[in-house]
Amino acid sequence: MSPSAAARQIAPPARGLPSHAGIYHYDQVDRDFLKERVEQFRRQVARRLSGELTEDEFKPLRLMNGLYLQLHAYMLRIAVPYGVLTSRQVRQLAHIARIYDKGFGHFTTRQNLQLNWIKLVDVPAILDLLAEVDLHAIQTSGNCIRNVTSDQFAGAASDEVVDPRHYAEVLRQWSTLHPEFSFLPRKFKIAITGSSADRAAICIHDVGLIAKRGANGQVGFEVYVGGGLGRTPFIAKKLRDFLPEDELIAYLEAVLRVYNAYGRRDNIYKARIKILVHELGIEKFREEVEAEFARMPRAQYRLDPAIVDGIKARFASQPYETLEPISGVLARARLEDHAFNRWVRTNVAAHRQPGYAIATITLKPAGGIPGDASADQLDAIAALAERYSFGEIRVTHEQNLVLAHVRQDDLPALWKALSTIGFGEANSGLITDIIACPGLDYCALANARSIPLAQRISERFADLDRQHDIGELKIKISGCINACGHHHVGHIGILGVDKKGVEAYQLTLGGSASEEGAIGDIMGPALSADEALDAIGAVVGVYLEQRQDGERFLDTLARIGHTPFKDKVYAAH
Amino acid sequence: MARVTDAPKVVTANRLQDGAVVWLTPAGDWSIRVQDAQVQTENAPVEAALAIARASAARQEVVDPYAVDVAVEAAGPRPLKTREWIRAAGPSIDALPASAA
Ligand code: SF4
Repeated sequence: MSPSAAARQIAPPARGLPSHAGIYHYDQVDRDFLKERVEQFRRQVARRLSGELTEDEFKPLRLMNGLYLQLHAYMLRIAVPYGVLTSRQVRQLAHIARIYDKGFGHFTTRQNLQLNWIKLVDVPAILDLLAEVDLHAIQTSGNCIRNVTSDQFAGAASDEVVDPRHYAEVLRQWSTLHPEFSFLPRKFKIAITGSSADRAAICIHDVGLIAKRGANGQVGFEVYVGGGLGRTPFIAKKLRDFLPEDELIAYLEAVLRVYNAYGRRDNIYKARIKILVHELGIEKFREEVEAEFARMPRAQYRLDPAIVDGIKARFASQPYETLEPISGVLARARLEDHAFNRWVRTNVAAHRQPGYAIATITLKPAGGIPGDASADQLDAIAALAERYSFGEIRVTHEQNLVLAHVRQDDLPALWKALSTIGFGEANSGLITDIIACPGLDYCALANARSIPLAQRISERFADLDRQHDIGELKIKISGCINACGHHHVGHIGILGVDKKGVEAYQLTLGGSASEEGAIGDIMGPALSADEALDAIGAVVGVYLEQRQDGERFLDTLARIGHTPFKDKVYAAH
Repeated sequence: MARVTDAPKVVTANRLQDGAVVWLTPAGDWSIRVQDAQVQTENAPVEAALAIARASAARQEVVDPYAVDVAVEAAGPRPLKTREWIRAAGPSIDALPASAA
């Protein structure tokens, strides 16, 4: 089979691994495995095209390689393990987007990248290019343990207790093509953080882990189970307060075995572990897990500290300079430039290394498509990462990117460079930092469009002074009840529904994906797109009228309740 | 699959090789333009068109053909459901990010 005509002789990006980017460096075993896997899929595609495989036979095989058939084309979902990429990988993604897609990619709430205009015949060649830079599309679909997600500030945050990347990598190696867990009742998502602030939304995952330290400084995990969104949303429940490091794999095996044994395979709507946990109750579920755990040959599953050390050693460390904790350059620039100061306020977070900072690049320009970046923008970000952040880029579940190790002195130059590519918006965590799934513009499962509504909200609230005045307010939009846009945990959530063949939007209030985890309450009947836009204006209006000193939107909502908001929104109905 | 309704219908699928949206033409082949689609107003011909489409799927040309309700307008058939007109016209948004460099 020959690749499509689009794949011509465009030179691939320059090689050379950024040696200080904090990713796990593959060894030959990893690389050989990826190669074999690409060859296997190449043969499967050839057999599909020749008719040896029917669509019914081929579909599960392509899904195991992250390939979906959407409304207009195939969509390839590329795994970004725990959201960390090197500049070389980002350039390769840009290269693939340019040659094989329409020149852009879409970052998702699972820290992955989706390409929306892929041709089946090109996929083996694309997987070859991904494998060249240690990337793939495995575990991005199917009823397996999916790509593990984590805190985008991992290894950099000033509030971090344990670096979760090392354990995310342990989990990646353990779960990749795990034979016992490749055909679970349903998909299984794990998120891990190592900070007190939860930036990885662990409360809405099948298993959420908080890495922490015990009394003697030893690493252990707080284990949560049964969180999830979709048709029946649940906040995860605590299963264990402190699981010792060496028992991590054994215990998770026990959780998965209980799920595999009792999870509902007869009803897709009841198949996720959240339903099992809910129906058994957390006490009974815990009993089952502990019983299974007690039966296991523990030594066989022990996570040897030497293995953890070996994995840690394959993560490059960053050769930080010794700097003053507070940069004079930064302080002066903040005083002199109001716009820059505003960006620092929302998009810059404290780094654990003196003189450094973490910069969030919001992929949410006014009126833009949340999470989309063009190939040129990706190349530019790769170059900025090389210049300012050891060649490392993080993807966030809020569909943004992060440069995790920027010298405070470099922040003014970084912000200027980001502004020239359209990504200098000072809106991280604000009302226009919207999560939106692809919705009915691309997704075969959608009921309504997500992106155009996100764009209209973004335009309506584009004024940055107003956004900063409103403060933290997270809007999350899903095009159907599958909730890829996390609407249930939006401070304002928006769900696209089909109201007798017409797109409509149901609003929820009061959700949160942070450590205060909460599912939002439905405000009332679904609205048209125009009405939904006005409703958001009305909700913001009530908040601004009612808020007291220092109150965020969620605080005011908690104090005055939902009624004043509902009354205002539905007053005209 | 669309519910059985009285509306005129066209038959559509995605092309196997590239996933492109295609519409069954009066000649029994596939076009990427909905304007080229053959419009069926009776049930029996819809079934016949679907049989042609399924045979095409069996030849590895397309995937999962089905019939779609349309309104017949001067410019040609226009799918009634939002999902189908978006398939016919492409995403309702610009493909490239707003501030792409
Ligand atoms: S929430 Fe629904 S519409 Fe949006 S991407 Fe997921 S499945 Fe598609």
